[in-house]
Amino acid sequence: MSRGAGGGAGSPAGQSALRKLARALTSTDHKAIAKKYLWAGLVFLAIGGLLAMVMRWQWAHPGEPVPVVGQLLFSASGGAVTPASYTSLFTSHGLIMIFFAITPILIGAFGTFCIPLMIGAQNLAFPRLGAVSFWLFALSQALALASLVMPAGAPASGWTMYPPMSTTAADPGPGQTVMIAAILTTGAASILVAINHVTTVITQRAPGMTWGRLPLTVWGFWLAAVLSALFLPVLCVATSLLFLDRVADAGFFLAGAKGAGDPLLYQHLFWIFGHPEVYILILPVWGILGDLLAVFARKPAFWYRGQVGAMIAVSSMSGLVYGHHMFQTGMGPMLGGAFEVLTLAISGPAVVLYVNWLCTLWGGSIRFDVPMLFVLGTMFVFGVGGLTGLYLGAITTDIHLHDTLWVVGHFHLIMAAATFLGSFAAIYYWFPKLFGRALSRPLSLVHFWGSFVLLVITFSLMLSAGYEGQPRRLYDPFGYDFLAGLEGINAVTSYAAFALGAVQIVFVINFVGSLVRGPAASDDPWAATTLEWSVPSPPPEENFSVTPVVRRGPHELASPEAVARLGRDYLRQDEESP
Amino acid sequence: MSHGHKGVAPAHQFESVEQQQRVARFGMWMFLISETMIFGALFTGYAVYWTLYPEAFQEAAQFLDVTYGTVMTVVLLVSSTTVALAITALEGDRRRLAAGLFGVTIALGLVFFVLKIIEYAEKIGDGLLPTRGFEYPGAESADQAQVFFSWYFVITGTHAVHLIVGLAAIGFVIWPILRGTYHAKYFSPVEGTGLYWHLVDVIWIFVFPLLYLMGRAGGMG
Repeated sequence: MSRGAGGGAGSPAGQSALRKLARALTSTDHKAIAKKYLWAGLVFLAIGGLLAMVMRWQWAHPGEPVPVVGQLLFSASGGAVTPASYTSLFTSHGLIMIFFAITPILIGAFGTFCIPLMIGAQNLAFPRLGAVSFWLFALSQALALASLVMPAGAPASGWTMYPPMSTTAADPGPGQTVMIAAILTTGAASILVAINHVTTVITQRAPGMTWGRLPLTVWGFWLAAVLSALFLPVLCVATSLLFLDRVADAGFFLAGAKGAGDPLLYQHLFWIFGHPEVYILILPVWGILGDLLAVFARKPAFWYRGQVGAMIAVSSMSGLVYGHHMFQTGMGPMLGGAFEVLTLAISGPAVVLYVNWLCTLWGGSIRFDVPMLFVLGTMFVFGVGGLTGLYLGAITTDIHLHDTLWVVGHFHLIMAAATFLGSFAAIYYWFPKLFGRALSRPLSLVHFWGSFVLLVITFSLMLSAGYEGQPRRLYDPFGYDFLAGLEGINAVTSYAAFALGAVQIVFVINFVGSLVRGPAASDDPWAATTLEWSVPSPPPEENFSVTPVVRRGPHELASPEAVARLGRDYLRQDEESP
Repeated sequence: MSHGHKGVAPAHQFESVEQQQRVARFGMWMFLISETMIFGALFTGYAVYWTLYPEAFQEAAQFLDVTYGTVMTVVLLVSSTTVALAITALEGDRRRLAAGLFGVTIALGLVFFVLKIIEYAEKIGDGLLPTRGFEYPGAESADQAQVFFSWYFVITGTHAVHLIVGLAAIGFVIWPILRGTYHAKYFSPVEGTGLYWHLVDVIWIFVFPLLYLMGRAGGMG
């Protein structure tokens, strides 16, 4: 344990397994907390993925019994998905993936792991708060799971939980109520994480780690934490009011015969949170891309200040564009026009980032290690996802594409493909540091190519079906004449999704197998420049035996000085000049 | 984290006690910013409904008792003053005085809370709890008035929850102050508690006019 709390100096051999477990569960070490987030996130990624595949089965073979899991999940209907359970499937899939899978993997695991190590700190600013946040998050996951098995059915409001679908008028069962409580709890946990991360970066940087020398990864996590601290409280308010509407008939959002509430207010509150949430999840990925491109192209990240500035610009504007989710709600043309302009403007800094990534690659001596493949894959899907978003930011095209699979394809390319591949770039890059072992390269390559190609196929075909006019969230789209011709493209999409799911088994084998018997990893397997690679893999409980002194920026690569004097092409941030 | 005794040692992630105090203070401010966003969202929602149903809200607001609101405002302002005095006393290492002043704060906080309970009881007795069985004299705008009372209970209720948390936090620092765990050289937990109490007070400064006074302003005619 830490210097201050080293009570257990007794014989480690005498320590029972139970006490070891108790210590692991109550640990306030940021690395231990990060690992718990990683496991929790991966398990829910699997659950959310399975829900998606059951959903895709319905669009490949409408009304036919689902193989393997059908009898277990839908025994009453002979194994086939019913309209009600279909609605629950897409609701739970969305909520679970965003709040209980991507958020814990990116921010919970890698934010908590990387921030202290990369800024040269021994721990988070508030280690106990870090542990408390995790357990609050775990409680929210338990609530989310419980909501799926409630007597009157799982939540069925859609992931945005719009009233009236999320009120008792449409869904009286306890499943929806419990899920709302889960989101409220996870929001509170995320606020605590955000406060911890923001404070850690501001106050715990090692001597010499100026803002201009901060790795881009830390910039991404820090800006994401600032946005979380500001906007998750709004989600907490929105879900609290919804909760009160359900349990106490408070009438905030129920309009018509049952009250004078305004359902639209919920949409505003939700999207004031919801759009920044997209950036909360993509900013860490942007930061990771910036750093990893430099490491694997073996040259400094192009225009560091421009990349940081672009991320700050996006963060500043992130609360001002949410109206593009609501163009169809009777918004006045002035307001709609303003949101349209701001939405299209926010892609400006995103393009600045993208051009900087390309310029980092330009002329580099690129190493196609596995994390780099995931980085390049992320760039590709983020590019396609970003460009398809412009059609939704412009009102004229949004009117036609709203609520179609185009929207689903677009946000999956960003939220599922880009954050998914970005998360895996992080997993493959930091796995050796996290666990002190190396992953198998052949299995990793299978996982990358399978995931990348199938993600692109799945979500591109969704874009096509959406462009043809297929609405999202229909139980049986092909019952409508104008959609009957789309059955083929939907079936192909579904089979690509099933294959995508199957490829993840390769990752599980690789991950678990390498944990158990992977070869030991060196302290710095990627010849990288940031501080986490200066400590052993895995890092000891006290991260740095001596507080590092930072002497230079995060990307001292292709350094002629280092090549001449040390025979290698890089200098770590804390190394003395040769 | 280690707990500081007289010769305080910083927790392992800090270089010095000064840094530890600075970090705690900063973290508290971040938390207060998040809290502000919670109340900001509540006030925004309330404002939206006020513009949707100005007449009904004007009418419903008349049911709130300005006397209660005023007394509670005064009580809370004084309680914030005693917190500020307590922190100043602690800075001068006058620990018994600091503990005493915090005691006064707790007493005033409880007065506020009791008044709130009485006010709630009256409203509920009048059938104004905005749930099933809501009874409102102005029949045609009853639905809209119910939304007003929903905001009233949610905003003041959220504030009251914060008040309770603040009272508990103050309760937890009084004994360590007397025992000498917190003193002039190390008192950031006390300072954080004080900041939190000031937030409870400042929020009320907004709640009072928004709920109790707004209905009066235009309603004189």
